[in-house]
Amino acid sequence: MIDEIAARFPYWAIAVLLVVGLYGMIGKRSLVKQVIGLSIFQSAIILFFISGSLLEGATLPILYSVHGGEHANPDDFVNPLPHVLMLTAIVVGVAITGVALSFLVSIYREFGTLDEREMLDEMRK
Amino acid sequence: MSETTASALPFAAVLVPVGAAVLAALTTGRWPNLRDMWATLAGIVMVVIAVLMLTDTLDGRIHRTMLLELSPGIDIALRADPAGMIFGLLVSVLWVLAGVYAVGYMRGEHEQKQTRFFTAFALSIAAAAGVALAENLLTFVLFYELLSLFTYPLVTHRETETALVAGRKYLAYTLSGGLMLIGATAWLHVLGVDATFQAGGFLDSAGLDSAKQWGLFVLLAGGVGVKAAVMPLHSWLPSAMVAPTPVSALLHAVAVVKAGVFGMVRVGVFVFGASLLDDMGAWLVLAIMSAGTLLIASILALRHDNLKRRLAYSTISHLSYIVLGVALIGPLALTGALLHIVGHGVTKITMFFVAGAIHVRTHKENVSELDGIGRQMPVTMGSFALASLSMVGIPPFILFTSKFYLGWGAVEVNQQIFLIVYLVSGLIAAGYLFPIVIRAFLRSSPDHTRYGEADVRMVAPIAVTALLALAWGVAPDLPLGFFELASTVADAAFPQSVALAGGTP
Amino acid sequence: MEQQLPAFIVGAPLLFSVIVPILGRKWRQSAFVITVATVAVSTVASALSLERVLREGTIRYYLGGWEPPVGIEWLIDEVSAFVSLVVTSVSLLVVISTRRWAEREAGDRPGVFYGLVLLLLAGLTGIVITGDLFNLFVFLEIASLAAYALVFIGGRRAMLAGFRYLIIGSIGGAFYLLGVGFIYFATGTLNMIEARQLLEEAESTRAVQVGAVFIFTGLGLKMALVPMHLWLPDAYEHAPSSVNSLIAPVMTKVAAFAMLRMFLSVFPPGYLSGTVPVADALLVLGLIGIVFGSVAAAGQTDIRRMLAYSSVSQLAFIAVGIGLGTPLALAAALLHVVNHAAMKATLFLATASVRFRVGLQRTHNLAGLGPRMPLTMGAFAVGSVAMVGIPPTAGFFSKWYMVQAGLDEGQWIVVAVVLLSSLLTAVYLFKVLEQVYLRPAKPEPSEHDGDEHSPPADSASQPVEQPAMRPVVERAREAPLDVWLPLVLLGAATVVLGVINVVIMEHVLLPGVEVS
Repeated sequence: MIDEIAARFPYWAIAVLLVVGLYGMIGKRSLVKQVIGLSIFQSAIILFFISGSLLEGATLPILYSVHGGEHANPDDFVNPLPHVLMLTAIVVGVAITGVALSFLVSIYREFGTLDEREMLDEMRK
Repeated sequence: MSETTASALPFAAVLVPVGAAVLAALTTGRWPNLRDMWATLAGIVMVVIAVLMLTDTLDGRIHRTMLLELSPGIDIALRADPAGMIFGLLVSVLWVLAGVYAVGYMRGEHEQKQTRFFTAFALSIAAAAGVALAENLLTFVLFYELLSLFTYPLVTHRETETALVAGRKYLAYTLSGGLMLIGATAWLHVLGVDATFQAGGFLDSAGLDSAKQWGLFVLLAGGVGVKAAVMPLHSWLPSAMVAPTPVSALLHAVAVVKAGVFGMVRVGVFVFGASLLDDMGAWLVLAIMSAGTLLIASILALRHDNLKRRLAYSTISHLSYIVLGVALIGPLALTGALLHIVGHGVTKITMFFVAGAIHVRTHKENVSELDGIGRQMPVTMGSFALASLSMVGIPPFILFTSKFYLGWGAVEVNQQIFLIVYLVSGLIAAGYLFPIVIRAFLRSSPDHTRYGEADVRMVAPIAVTALLALAWGVAPDLPLGFFELASTVADAAFPQSVALAGGTP
Repeated sequence: MEQQLPAFIVGAPLLFSVIVPILGRKWRQSAFVITVATVAVSTVASALSLERVLREGTIRYYLGGWEPPVGIEWLIDEVSAFVSLVVTSVSLLVVISTRRWAEREAGDRPGVFYGLVLLLLAGLTGIVITGDLFNLFVFLEIASLAAYALVFIGGRRAMLAGFRYLIIGSIGGAFYLLGVGFIYFATGTLNMIEARQLLEEAESTRAVQVGAVFIFTGLGLKMALVPMHLWLPDAYEHAPSSVNSLIAPVMTKVAAFAMLRMFLSVFPPGYLSGTVPVADALLVLGLIGIVFGSVAAAGQTDIRRMLAYSSVSQLAFIAVGIGLGTPLALAAALLHVVNHAAMKATLFLATASVRFRVGLQRTHNLAGLGPRMPLTMGAFAVGSVAMVGIPPTAGFFSKWYMVQAGLDEGQWIVVAVVLLSSLLTAVYLFKVLEQVYLRPAKPEPSEHDGDEHSPPADSASQPVEQPAMRPVVERAREAPLDVWLPLVLLGAATVVLGVINVVIMEHVLLPGVEVS
């Protein structure tokens, strides 16, 4: 049991991060904490892609002749594509966070609070 | 037998009322005379088109318009076959009269939003013509649904709370019925059955198992049964009587409800066919339900003092005459049923016209208030008396002819019990109609107001329809060949018993 | 030139989404003109692509000339070209029609507003025509980001709605990305066609199934599939009129199309019905959603919120089609994507037009409006009838084919619910029509019944506080030409689409569904 958990350690870590992020987004009243939860959630996914691309004992995906040139064995290299994808995903994540933070600024100017419940009270007035 | 020729006439018959609707909408209330003229004009054009097709139909040349493919493998097509011609002719002839009458009525009552009224009225007629001439089930459903939609603004025309509630009820009932038909049509398509109407039915040869047959029967008969007001699907009809009288007259005595019973003819004779209804035993279900309806509705009609409501229950009762005629699956009963569509249409429209005329002149709605009215409005009430005689089935009115065939049809298939049902219901009809005539002519008026006849635009149609009920009774073939059409349908539906039906007058 | 058509569909709006805000700072009027021109270019490119697809078959466009697996592929088949055409042309009409409101609602920066609109459109068309799983994610987020911002500018209430939309939408996007990760690690490719081939060869592994669940959840959130719809009513109700007329018809529909694409082009048939019954889940949630959405819509008094719940119901209808999974059902779902885009655009635009003229959006305050705004309300009535599904309008035919698909599969419950949905739709839409046409105008819409009663947009000259001399509704006039013409065109489209549905089905949707 413990071995299994240990063997898949990155996945468990990712799962924990996902849950933490979800809780932050859904369970927290503070809008800032919701944004933080969103960031944690996105990080977990980035970690998932990166950890999935790793191979034990593999090296950088740069084809030097020392590695056997054209006849390189793919198992010797880390898969580079997920890293590239995650660069894009990070950009997307930053964009979302940026938009979310700018929303927060506007909301604070309008309501004077970033607490969801206080905002709802404010709106009912 | 019959051949089909491509022709634009059936489409024209549907298009003419649409054109009238568009013209009426464009003319608007600024030129009311011009606006109201369109309906009558279009009605006359429509009659001419129908008559042009009629001779060919009687000669076995069926006009057919293929419009477009509505769903892969299913065309939307119109065809002037004998059964469709009966309904189409009836609607177009009565539209001319109702068109004239509606002008008098609407102006007399100072109704609001007359442009909307005339537009929706013409569109309803177009939809009814489409129902009559539809060649296959999907085309039928298309126009059947449009008929529900276009009549909704007419039912709710008064815009009172009662009218709105009645409108909701009307929509709920008719849309549900339409959905049942849509379901059945889709089912037939999925089963690979070509749902083109055929005299004698197409389902028999499709080789479906019994469960599917019954499922389709429930959906189809239920779907058209709503508009045919077969109990327990009838309760929208009395409610819909809040509509202005021309609507009640043309739509709820002729177009809408006749679309329902005409649909029943299509379903019974052209979808299922006699032998399948017989094998399934479905005819008995239909017969018992319609027999029950026609008795109960007659009895209920006795209780209502409001003239329009009484007529509404009378309508429910007479619609079931027709349904029962279809259910009896015999050539004579079918001939009777088809003639009853015509006869009841022309008779009942007279009665509603009269009810409207009385209301315009006196604002009286109840039977108990009509004492002595006959002496003040002799033509109107005289026509009502003629219509009553017809409705009860006194010779030589048209409803005598149709009831005679219906009764004979019951005997022909050895179901004498239904003959008795017909006779009893006729007696009850006398019970709820004759007192009105007696009050009107034999009692003296309680107040001393002199009312006089209504506008000539109302009285003339009343007299014409009453005389038509008499004329078609004396000579059902003149001038529109209803009897010949009906017996053609019956011959085609029951090829084995041509001799029997053909040997009658 | 012809080879590069796909680049114009997405590229034009993407490029000008950056240029328009810059130009718009200096020349305010230029923003609208350039936007319309750009959307028109995108529409024409979509139309030409569709024509070419019909002539020559599927276009596989390699972005930058790099072939897969290295490069990104855009996959333009009959279906995606057609949906792209619908999205762009509906957007074109809506953008033209909403110009006057947008100028008010976008405040002093029309350039930014139209930049966002173009960005939204770039994202949506990108989702439709891309053939790459990760690229889909990027476009999904582009479109979503633009939508969040557009919703957000609608005022106080819209702020919280927009923020929630952002959070939930981002969860959806993230879930989708997670699912793509599972598929990538199982197959080693992100190209939809290759993934399909590899998945067909491979046994259905746990990883792929988990991925499918994540993708289903992610796109379900984006398309507001019940019970993941909670963000939608608030967002649609509070968004600016010029925005909800745009995002309601196309945004969720495109997410639904992405879901359909997954089931059509990525996961092999039957793949999702075994141990992890994603297809069945879609079917069941769809059926629940159809009923729930309609019932909820019937209970609303704000017409925009009512239409929002109606959208939930209609999207669930699309989900049912995907869940059934037969070619006919998928084609019916696609047809509904198209039909619903036209119908909802009509309804939302008409609602917005009323709000613009009289500042009302509570259903019970709309009484007596029919004769006073005949064209606007006429289009609304036609759109409603189409939604109810009276033949020969468009709405009838998606139901007609869906009923057939249900009967084919022996799914009686689908048949019953789809037919019943017609009645339920009639309940809430005829409630509005009854008010609009059959009830007299009220003396004055009461404040206490909750209508915000924002001042009519075009009466800026007269002071609003001054008590009205006549009922608001009676002062209503028909919307100006540039508002009603696109609206009437859309209303007419709901009928035309129905009449020509056989052409669409036989030449576009059914071949598109069967090839995949």
